[in-house]
Amino acid sequence: MATATPSEIRVGAHHEPHLGFLRSYVFSVDHKVIAKQYLGLSLFMALLGGAAAYLIRWQLAWPETYVPGWGYVEPQQYNAIITMHGTIMIFFVAMPFVLGAFGNFLIPLMVGADDMAFPRLNMMSFWTLFVGSAVLIASFFVPAGPAAGGWTAYAPLSARPIYTGVTWGQNLWLIAVAIEFASFLMGGINFLTTALNMRVPGMTLWRLPMLVWTELIAAVLFMLSVGPLIAGAFMLLLDRIAGTSFFVPDKGGDPLLWQHLFWFFGHPEVYVVGLPGFGIMMEIIPVFSRKPLYGYKTIVWGMIAAGVLSFVVWAHHMFVSGIDPRLATPFSITTILISVPFAIIVFSLLVTLWGGKIELTSAMLFAVGGLATFIIGGVTGIFLGSAGLDVYLHGTYFVVAHFHYTLMPLAIFGGFAGLYFWFPKMFGRMMNETLGRIHFLATFICFNCVFIPLFLAGVAGNPRRIYEMSSYDFLKPAQPLHVIATIATLGLLAGQIPFIINFFMSLVRGRKAERNPWHANTLEWCTDSPPPHGNFSQPMVVYRDPYEYGNPDAPKDWMAQNEPPAAPAPLGGGQIRRTGTR
Amino acid sequence: MLTWLPQNVSTFGGDVDHLFHIIYYITGVWFVAAELFLFYCLVRFHKSRQAQPLYARGESSSQAAWVLVPVLVVLMLDLGIDKIGGDVWHRIKLELPPAGDQVHVTGKQFNWEFTYPGPDGKFGTADDQTIENELHVPVGTVVRFELSSKDVIHSFFVPALRLKQDAMPGRTIKGWFEATQPGTYEIACAELCGFGHYGMHGVLTVHTAADYQRWVQSTWGAAKAAAK
Repeated sequence: MATATPSEIRVGAHHEPHLGFLRSYVFSVDHKVIAKQYLGLSLFMALLGGAAAYLIRWQLAWPETYVPGWGYVEPQQYNAIITMHGTIMIFFVAMPFVLGAFGNFLIPLMVGADDMAFPRLNMMSFWTLFVGSAVLIASFFVPAGPAAGGWTAYAPLSARPIYTGVTWGQNLWLIAVAIEFASFLMGGINFLTTALNMRVPGMTLWRLPMLVWTELIAAVLFMLSVGPLIAGAFMLLLDRIAGTSFFVPDKGGDPLLWQHLFWFFGHPEVYVVGLPGFGIMMEIIPVFSRKPLYGYKTIVWGMIAAGVLSFVVWAHHMFVSGIDPRLATPFSITTILISVPFAIIVFSLLVTLWGGKIELTSAMLFAVGGLATFIIGGVTGIFLGSAGLDVYLHGTYFVVAHFHYTLMPLAIFGGFAGLYFWFPKMFGRMMNETLGRIHFLATFICFNCVFIPLFLAGVAGNPRRIYEMSSYDFLKPAQPLHVIATIATLGLLAGQIPFIINFFMSLVRGRKAERNPWHANTLEWCTDSPPPHGNFSQPMVVYRDPYEYGNPDAPKDWMAQNEPPAAPAPLGGGQIRRTGTR
Repeated sequence: MLTWLPQNVSTFGGDVDHLFHIIYYITGVWFVAAELFLFYCLVRFHKSRQAQPLYARGESSSQAAWVLVPVLVVLMLDLGIDKIGGDVWHRIKLELPPAGDQVHVTGKQFNWEFTYPGPDGKFGTADDQTIENELHVPVGTVVRFELSSKDVIHSFFVPALRLKQDAMPGRTIKGWFEATQPGTYEIACAELCGFGHYGMHGVLTVHTAADYQRWVQSTWGAAKAAAK
């Protein structure tokens, strides 16, 4: 793969002081501004998704009581709220957070480039997502309310307005989601091209920071899997507005086709959101352990294996859906085997901690806290992946707890870790560590108190997406579990207040950040905080891998990627060979 | 955690619970070990107790073994779980034992319809009876069901039987169960099917042999039932 030579890098070409407010901050083509726009959008949408969680949990703990700040939740409304909660959190919070914000901000900086490969396409990706978000929010206000068929929008429930009573709400949902897919498809092209073609001399693939690797693999997974579902979304839309029957059996359609299209995308999507979360942890844990990431190449191969496997596990969402039962066995085997690459990643991170010199900053707490909670999400996947046991657990709160335990540690804990870590680089100021630790403790404790009880409710056979449980006798013992989960949810939501205060206070009054406050090695720390237009004031050359911490033979305990190797004693005026520029 | 499982009253339910226990203990050991390791590292190797970090890149084969050997053990355990879980799946979903009794189960917004063949044992005859939300079966008898839906996807879920199967419009899906204890057990819908989803439940009544005869007589009348 060709890398740019220093002369090709447009160093400092982007001073452009004449751009007005609109071109600098709104319709900017600077990847750093676009990253912050993604961050702002995802945090705003998280408020909506969090509000939905509040309504869901209140209704489940104290059914049909007055919800403070809202009123009573009706059954139809409940279905709409759970649908929007899932849709918002996955497509409009997690993806813009870990892909949009961190991918955009860090890929060019980490490979030493001055911007994304296609800056205008990058701007268009964000504004496309903005339109998608606006369409989704608009669906709240149409007659008959927003989509109420679940975030998976299973046909025929979603395919005919008579089944839910929802009319344009579901149509707009499909349009919004299709726009979102188009946005990240464009973003993915940019990620891939930038990570492969914009690397500075010396930045070989085996020297890429893990965050870039994870964003790269995520972009490839997304691009390979989303196409069928974009087509599927339009087919479902046609079923709704043009009377076709792709997914409705009365005129020869097949509801299972939708599930195949949805989950062929939906499972890789979990890794699209999850892997960058791991990428963030893999950047932070070595820095605050002062140790190299343990087994870099093993991890990369593990992640590639996980990516490949993710394309052949989708039917584990469909074991009891009516597929040929003989199909369950191979899909069950591939699903459980996916624990192997994830074991590689988790064990490598654990061994990285061993013998380290650990500093528990807010970023590190969220990184190791996310790792600790992800382990629960990982092991509970074995229960659900085993088809024989899934017969019982499918569609229960066990599933709800499981996927919150995989996605929240990676996308949310990982995302927060990344925010505490790169905030100085993004905004040029340090965040408050005390508030950060309070935020972590509240989030970590409350998160576990929400979802551990929900595992138990799932074991008790509690189906998910049930408006209220009281009519089932066998679920009476599970009701106190829902009360615990709801009280913890209130704590989890309140626990975000220190973060919001910290974020805005640090933005204005935080201590000025130096270039490299954490003594980290990757290239983004070799430029100003925040980096100027064009990112670097001099051409970057990379000499080593990104995790050279605590080497006893080195003069200090970190060696930036662009720091030239210590010159060996010159023998007769021989030239120093620059190793690493392969 | 496993004490939260509801009572099991089906022949294959014991296999499901057994599988649950096996996976629970295998993953439980790994979970506890990993969390203890993590917590130990955070305390033992905190910067206040550690002056110089260990420099290990994990690239040589002897170092990589620290990760790869446990991973190999995970792989072996995975295959073991695949084998046991595959057998359980096979017994529930792939084997269809000879029927002692038959019923058609049809999901619709927001009720379960149970159609019984009546004393002649044949569907599509005049003595078929459809009863909403009440499933009556004799104890210790293999009950074969045919599951379908009139509108959207529902999921026939009987927690006490450890049985779940989606009802798919446009398809008829065959299945079976054998209840081991008389009593009444709840039937839930486990797939979101609309605003009334939460109220879509039925009751499974497992009768003793004598009780079942009484139910048949009261449903079809003494004369017809005698023909059975």
